[in-house]
Amino acid sequence: MNTMQVSFGEKKDNAAQAEHAVKMSARDVKVFYGDNEALHGINMDILENEVIAFIGPSGCGKSTFLRCLNRMNDTIDTARVTGLVTLDGKDIYDRSLDVVQLRAQVGMVFQKPNPFPKSIFENIAYGPRLHGLVDNKRDLDEVVESSLRRAGLWDEVKDRLEAPGTGLSGGQQQRLCIARAIAVSPEVILMDEPCSALDPIATSIIEELIDELKGSYTIAIVTHNMQQAARVSDKTAFFHLGNLVELNDTREIFTNPQDSRTEDYITGRFG
Amino acid sequence: MSTQRIDGHISQRFDEEMEGIVSDLLAMGELVTEQTESALFAFIRGDVALAQDVISKDTRINELELEIDDHCIQILARRQPAAGDLRAVVAIMKAIKDLERIGDQAKRIARIAVKLADADERYQKQYGEFELIGSHVISMLQNTLQAFREMDADKALAAALQDKSIDSDYEAILRQNMTYMMEDPRNITRIVEMTWVGRAIERIGDHARNVCEYTIYLVQGLDVRHKDDDQLQAIVQSRPKR
Repeated sequence: MNTMQVSFGEKKDNAAQAEHAVKMSARDVKVFYGDNEALHGINMDILENEVIAFIGPSGCGKSTFLRCLNRMNDTIDTARVTGLVTLDGKDIYDRSLDVVQLRAQVGMVFQKPNPFPKSIFENIAYGPRLHGLVDNKRDLDEVVESSLRRAGLWDEVKDRLEAPGTGLSGGQQQRLCIARAIAVSPEVILMDEPCSALDPIATSIIEELIDELKGSYTIAIVTHNMQQAARVSDKTAFFHLGNLVELNDTREIFTNPQDSRTEDYITGRFG
Repeated sequence: MSTQRIDGHISQRFDEEMEGIVSDLLAMGELVTEQTESALFAFIRGDVALAQDVISKDTRINELELEIDDHCIQILARRQPAAGDLRAVVAIMKAIKDLERIGDQAKRIARIAVKLADADERYQKQYGEFELIGSHVISMLQNTLQAFREMDADKALAAALQDKSIDSDYEAILRQNMTYMMEDPRNITRIVEMTWVGRAIERIGDHARNVCEYTIYLVQGLDVRHKDDDQLQAIVQSRPKR
């Protein structure tokens, strides 16, 4: 009975997708590490309130591309990005743009949970304070609580908000990092292998969370776990050797991919 | 691409498992073809021993259905197949159901063959139409299996289209049998039984067509169920080659 309800829900989502606006867009995006061209001109639209998964073998460029979406590649000295990346139609590589502000709008969750070596409360409070999103302690408390609630962590930590964030389990730490990203009211959340360091139960909880969050945010997730991409995403993009080979509805990619390289990868014919 | 491969996985064991269900399905298909052929032969020639043999062998077909089903479930549970592999497993799980039903129809024919085995010489002419429809259905079954073996959508389409001639053969049998019944009402019981045989063969054609449709799904990823011949042909042939 439950599974039937879920599948009806998915159908409705798919029908609604047609009306989703373009949230982020990439045109002819190339990334160079020194002289080495790592991404060969990627074109992609990411739609609002949709989960898009990037899959592909190691070194295919999926993480590199994800990092273009909030200018994380800026932090690598040898990296150079060309082409156009837009958020709500605005060029995010524009010189006048505030990168700190961009990274609040386009948040990121990393492979390894990386809470600050501070209390659980401070982990969440840091961003809103930095961005001046709150005026007083009461507002701050509210943001911390609502962020932890949205990340499904509140009930587990509400009695120990002053305990160090690093003392939580791996899965809890990852949800803390998601809560931290949410606290600054992002529009897009980028996730780079968010579950690869987690056990299956913690992974399921994060996947469930992704499903809930997509109502409010646009989510792009890099994953090595193809079943995870199949479970959580609406769209799947397959990268290979620095190219975007195929981008389609997840239901199509996993049942009837159009490119033989996609098929070979998702069926375990090369890795 | 109008063919599909099931091997070439990094895991050789996965290749073996996939090849296992494909070859088991083909073996099951060959067995039901044989059963159909024997049942028809027994019916036409009044060979009771052969008909009994068909009836007893039907259990083996049922067992094969269960075995293949179980292998498919294991692959779904343990390999989480995707794309062409997933379509192959799903197609096989559906195809074995139709093959099992073909087996049931063959058994039905065999039972009628036993019942009517004491035929007088004068009735023999009535079996002519069955030779024809029989040869058509056997040919369709063989082509259906060949299309599956080669995972060739064009061949599956051609085999599916053979169903039409079997349907018209059945129509002819119906018309002819009505004539026989009118000629001599004492024949009615016998002729009704013979009509059941025609009906069973017609059903076998329908099941074979289903298997062809699953083969097309397997190869091209297109769901072509519930389409008429023209639609089927148009869809399969319009599919862009990869």
